[in-house]
Amino acid sequence: MRRVFLHIFLVTPLIPALLWSEIAHAANLNDGNTAWVLTSTALVLFMTLPGLALFYAGLVQSKNVLSVMMHCFSIACLVSVLWLIVGYSFAFGEGNSLFGGLAKVFLSGVSKETLSGDIPETVFFTFQMTFAIITPCLIVGAFPERMKFSAVLIFSGLWLLLVYAPVTHWVWGGGWLSEMGVMDFAGGLVVHATAGASALLLASMLGPRKDFPSGLKPPHNPGLSMIGAAMLWIGWFGFNAGSALAADVSAGMAMLVTHIAAATASLVWMMIEWIKFGKPSLIGIITGMVAGLATITPASGYVGPLGGICIGILGGLLCYWAVGLVKSKLSIDDSLDVFAVHGVGGIAGTLLASVFGATVFGGGGLPEGATIGSQLGIQSIGVVATVLWSLAFTFLIVKLTSAIVGLRVSNDEITQGLDVSTHGESGYNL
Amino acid sequence: MKLVMAIIKPSKLDAVREALTDLGVQGLTVSEVKGFGRQKGQTEIYRGAEYQIEFVPKIRVDIVIDDPDLDRVIETIRSVANTDKIGDGKIFVLEVSEAMRIRTGETGANAL
Repeated sequence: MRRVFLHIFLVTPLIPALLWSEIAHAANLNDGNTAWVLTSTALVLFMTLPGLALFYAGLVQSKNVLSVMMHCFSIACLVSVLWLIVGYSFAFGEGNSLFGGLAKVFLSGVSKETLSGDIPETVFFTFQMTFAIITPCLIVGAFPERMKFSAVLIFSGLWLLLVYAPVTHWVWGGGWLSEMGVMDFAGGLVVHATAGASALLLASMLGPRKDFPSGLKPPHNPGLSMIGAAMLWIGWFGFNAGSALAADVSAGMAMLVTHIAAATASLVWMMIEWIKFGKPSLIGIITGMVAGLATITPASGYVGPLGGICIGILGGLLCYWAVGLVKSKLSIDDSLDVFAVHGVGGIAGTLLASVFGATVFGGGGLPEGATIGSQLGIQSIGVVATVLWSLAFTFLIVKLTSAIVGLRVSNDEITQGLDVSTHGESGYNL
Repeated sequence: MKLVMAIIKPSKLDAVREALTDLGVQGLTVSEVKGFGRQKGQTEIYRGAEYQIEFVPKIRVDIVIDDPDLDRVIETIRSVANTDKIGDGKIFVLEVSEAMRIRTGETGANAL
């Protein structure tokens, strides 16, 4: 009785006061949006760990399966720490139109209560961190089975700070491309074009795998790749629909078109192989899926269902064509086709956003005053600037990394496989 | 005693096992092996690129039998594993000098 008495008379009067302070404090915080971005953050991290790691692991030889998993995992850890220290500030600090500056180093000035829009900045920071993680991890597909682990870490860390963070600032952090009105909903430029262009150059500077192209061994476990690809697909809902930064109508449509584009491109790739080689393959259909998802990414918040299907078809066709171009014509061993699938898809989607974003093609409408032609011009400037910056700084970073630790492991280590020679472990002990 | 070492198509393993047990064969050993013969390798296509598979997966069946059973065993394997296509495999026969059942210490044909 005494307790109840105490509770009623001493604690109860405090409750309205507490509630009031919560409400006053959270005047601008939107619960629904915050919940959705929290969820999306988990989904996007799931794309890398373990989605992308499994996708890539199945595509390499059985003696290098752990090394690509290790690449993805260690880059994820390294990027997370760098993102807190300076990466986030470079990308989302106020800075100027080119560079975010150092104001938010170690999240300085950001407390638990600080809001970014109508969600906590801590949530925005972490959501963006998962994008920063997956982007250098995509590049892992350019250099598996031959690059030194120390070089992987040095390259990825520098690349995050010198390529990813600045381009993110230009497009999403209030930099010059966003001032121009470039449309990149979820990272066609920021993620896929940067990773794709850099992957192509890195692969060519690093040199091919042993026995490229005629003596290569096929993917050691397509089923593992399918599991990873399926996780990527699911995680991509967070990637694209989460990029609305709100639980709203844009997020809904982004999720819908993302799914449709993935399914369409998968079918396109499967049909091409079926017609051309007589057999529809699992590796083919899941590669088509990634192509469709990469292509729809920049356009996902702007286009309608018609745009989703058309972008899926075009993404499938273009990326398939690009795989042959890079491997056969250019003879560059971008081993797991990062440029052909992500780079070409991201660039194509960035350009196509200006077409299928228009209301005449069922889109949500271009920025005010823009026509398809004028927007296509802005998108093209975005593509050229992003690709040139990525190539220039990748070149410098690769040269620097090469000077510090060297790029390639020895041929003996390549023959033995990186799992044992670099990491001292075997993927399959029978 | 003879060791019959048959290299067959993986898809024929169940049929060969059944036919041999029907024949009264008491045991056999199976391993997954890779190799090539006149079939050479085969090609697989991933993302439009052809991969030369130099060693084709096969199954190796090892059976040790008493001499009088030899012809029936060989003929059974041949008839069951045959598809009339290149890549059906080969049968080798080797002389076996001794056999022993580990549990009882029986030797020779009694150990089979």
